[in-house]
Amino acid sequence: MAKQIEVAELDAYYGSHKAIEGITMTVEPRSVTAFIGPSGCGKSTFLRTLNRMHEVIPGATVQGKVRLEDQDLYGPDVDPVSVRRTIGMVFQRPNPFPTMSIFDNVAAGLRLNGRFSKSELNGVVEESLKGANLWNEVKDRLHKPGSGLSGGQQQRLCIARAIAVRPQVLLMDEPCSALDPISTLAIEDLISKLKTEYTIVIVTHNMQQAARVSDRTAFFNLAAQGQPGKLIEMAETSKIFTNPTEKATEDYITGRFG
Amino acid sequence: MAQDLKKPEGGPAMRRSAFRRSRGDTPFRFVSTGAGIVLLAIMAAIAVFLIAKAVPALQANKANFLTYFDWTPNATVPMFGIAVLAFGTVVSSFIALVIATPIAIGVALFISHYAPRRLASTLGYVVDLLAAVPSVVYGLWGFTFLVPLMVPPSKFLNTYFGWIPLFGGDSVVGRSMLTASLVLAIMILPIIAAISREVFLQAPKTLEEAAYALGATRWEMIRMAVLPFGRPGVISAAMLGLGRAMGETIAVALIFPITFNISFQILSPNGNSIAANIANGFGEANAIGRGALIASGLVLFLITLLVNSMARLIIARRKEYARAAA
Amino acid sequence: MTTATLKTGIQPISTGRRVKDRVVQVLVYLAFLVAVVPLVSVLYLVIKNGLARFDMEFLTHSMRNIGPNDAGGGAYHAIVGTLEQVLLASLIAVPIGLLTAVYLVEYSRGGRLARAISFFVDVMTGIPSVVAGLFILAFWILVLGFEFSGFAGAMALSILMMPTVVRATEEMLRLVPMDLREAAFALGVPKWRTIVKVVLPTALTGIVTGVMLAVARVAGETAPVLLTVFFTDSINTDPFHGPQMDLPLFIFSQMQLPNQTAIDRAWAGALTLILIVMLLNLLARLISWWRSPVRKG
Repeated sequence: MAKQIEVAELDAYYGSHKAIEGITMTVEPRSVTAFIGPSGCGKSTFLRTLNRMHEVIPGATVQGKVRLEDQDLYGPDVDPVSVRRTIGMVFQRPNPFPTMSIFDNVAAGLRLNGRFSKSELNGVVEESLKGANLWNEVKDRLHKPGSGLSGGQQQRLCIARAIAVRPQVLLMDEPCSALDPISTLAIEDLISKLKTEYTIVIVTHNMQQAARVSDRTAFFNLAAQGQPGKLIEMAETSKIFTNPTEKATEDYITGRFG
Repeated sequence: MAQDLKKPEGGPAMRRSAFRRSRGDTPFRFVSTGAGIVLLAIMAAIAVFLIAKAVPALQANKANFLTYFDWTPNATVPMFGIAVLAFGTVVSSFIALVIATPIAIGVALFISHYAPRRLASTLGYVVDLLAAVPSVVYGLWGFTFLVPLMVPPSKFLNTYFGWIPLFGGDSVVGRSMLTASLVLAIMILPIIAAISREVFLQAPKTLEEAAYALGATRWEMIRMAVLPFGRPGVISAAMLGLGRAMGETIAVALIFPITFNISFQILSPNGNSIAANIANGFGEANAIGRGALIASGLVLFLITLLVNSMARLIIARRKEYARAAA
Repeated sequence: MTTATLKTGIQPISTGRRVKDRVVQVLVYLAFLVAVVPLVSVLYLVIKNGLARFDMEFLTHSMRNIGPNDAGGGAYHAIVGTLEQVLLASLIAVPIGLLTAVYLVEYSRGGRLARAISFFVDVMTGIPSVVAGLFILAFWILVLGFEFSGFAGAMALSILMMPTVVRATEEMLRLVPMDLREAAFALGVPKWRTIVKVVLPTALTGIVTGVMLAVARVAGETAPVLLTVFFTDSINTDPFHGPQMDLPLFIFSQMQLPNQTAIDRAWAGALTLILIVMLLNLLARLISWWRSPVRKG
């Protein structure tokens, strides 16, 4: 199921402000790609262009190409809704629907995509919750509201919700930044497990996390505040963290700035 | 969700500022506390004086105030009952609500989630302007323009849908309960729309993005993330609109047919309301007649109080819910 | 594994979902159009019919000695009445409302009195305007025996203004940052001077906006003045003695007359009233816009 993403010469704007410029990269399937870089360098913005979530913000636009295998996501006859259904997303703060039960949260995406029998739905929900390492903790209270869970459990619930629709790519926007260390560890374990099935892209502020979970790492930077963010370099994670090509990358990962 | 929570009551006052009070402080505290007490006194006075003036008329009433169908308090044998007026008030306001609420929700969604961003705030002002038009102007518009305009569609409804009791009846007029309800609907629509727009705009962006990220269309996103969050707010907005419709006087004073019978045939010349009856009957009322009108005003006050309290209860619940979800 | 997941690539969403999304979009746009139609119709007719008699005579003459069928006449007496009554109503409602809000925010400690006041302000918000008129009728005219007057009308209008002023002021005062108060306290400024010199000026524009909107609302109220001010066709500039007129009453009395000259006068009155109300609204918006240049979308 997992697919490769190719990006060519991508610019993203908020109104007339150019947030990222000229990004070209390839994201490998069945692997974890981490985006690192200082605040405001556009790594989250770039992540959101990969499933057309960027344009949900009023006034936000994108130029350039993003290809999922051989399909252009920004092609003239491509519906952004179907792009988002194919490329799932997990956000910085856990955001389960507060009015829905745990079960309904996981089933929410499926219910959009047609009718399912009760047993089908039960099966997918169980499978997704197991996939998100949450099943054992919630199997006795599936019909309680999702907002009753702890922060880390809520985030795993959101991951279960995202994988329930069987996306081909999973985008994660700083998924652990609002969580405590133990919950963070649980999510990181989950990411390693999910990468056997999904193409995963994760934005993180935490360089140890990038080093722990990712196979490849992309470093983003911006020349100055107000300037558009750019991709500085991208390589195997081990190479980025031990022997980066660019000086800026080395400065960043050794803590000289950012 | 969090921005919706107000600071706890009396927040700043909770802190003691200085070791001793300055000389000007006591009088100022006195005056501001006094203002609050004056406000309470006014409310008490409203209740006391309305009751004091209504009771003699009610005692002189030779008919049952709750069940009698006519209003002749100025006759030598004063007889008057609230039944027809209360019925007309409740039914016309309820029809107005049924017409206005769906449109108001549409308007609110249009401004909060559909209109282009640049247009949205301007259009919001346009709708707010609707609310600022004085009711007497709507009354003039309704009386001179809408009443004659309503005759053909009313005849149409009566001819083809007369088998529905609501549209039945032998004679069809422009000055009908339906026209009055329509004017009321136009008047309460901007209020419901404005409050709904605010709660829709407060729907958490994180939930909207969650829905979009699952591959929801705009409408599906609204159903998943906006409407569940906004529902209590919309309900209370509708209740506030209902309260406003019930108390509205002048806009409908000349549109209601001013007859004293109870009928659900909203196209025929039936119907009246408490507020319209006060406006129309005040000029020729004698002492007992005025007392009778004041008694009817008390009933109107009680009905609107009930409706508004329900609205407020729903808002309070919503705040608790928002707190739980935060 | 379900059917939807067997295929690969980007699957277009089902036609049913797309159609439903479109249908709702069309309905939402339609709802907006439907809501705007009456506004356009009202404004168009008010301007078109109102201009017929919106002339100098209308603005400078009263209806004295002008029969219902006569042409001419004007609303000068009503304009004067409206301005005087609204001014008087503000003079009553603003100090009481403002000070009540100061008490609620700055002095009350969430005690029983504050909760009672807060509750009854809510109740007051819901008073139908005709009931406010009935109260002044019962209290001022029937029990105390005063005559119909502009002042009686102003009292009725002030009851409708008070809760709006309290709520607007309260909201603004609560927005004043705690730091500002503490900064003043730290300088040894007594509390009442802090409120008068620091808190109120900071909140001033917001309060003024709230008051203007309240004024605009009561300027268009008819029912309470009908019961307390009564009618007159002559100029009465003394709001404390004898019946007065105001614009809503003028419109209401003229539109009941069964001839075109009177109806024309009613429309011209409506145009005058709308101009006054819109001016007040615009002023309020300008003040609040000027206060916060960064508007939320």
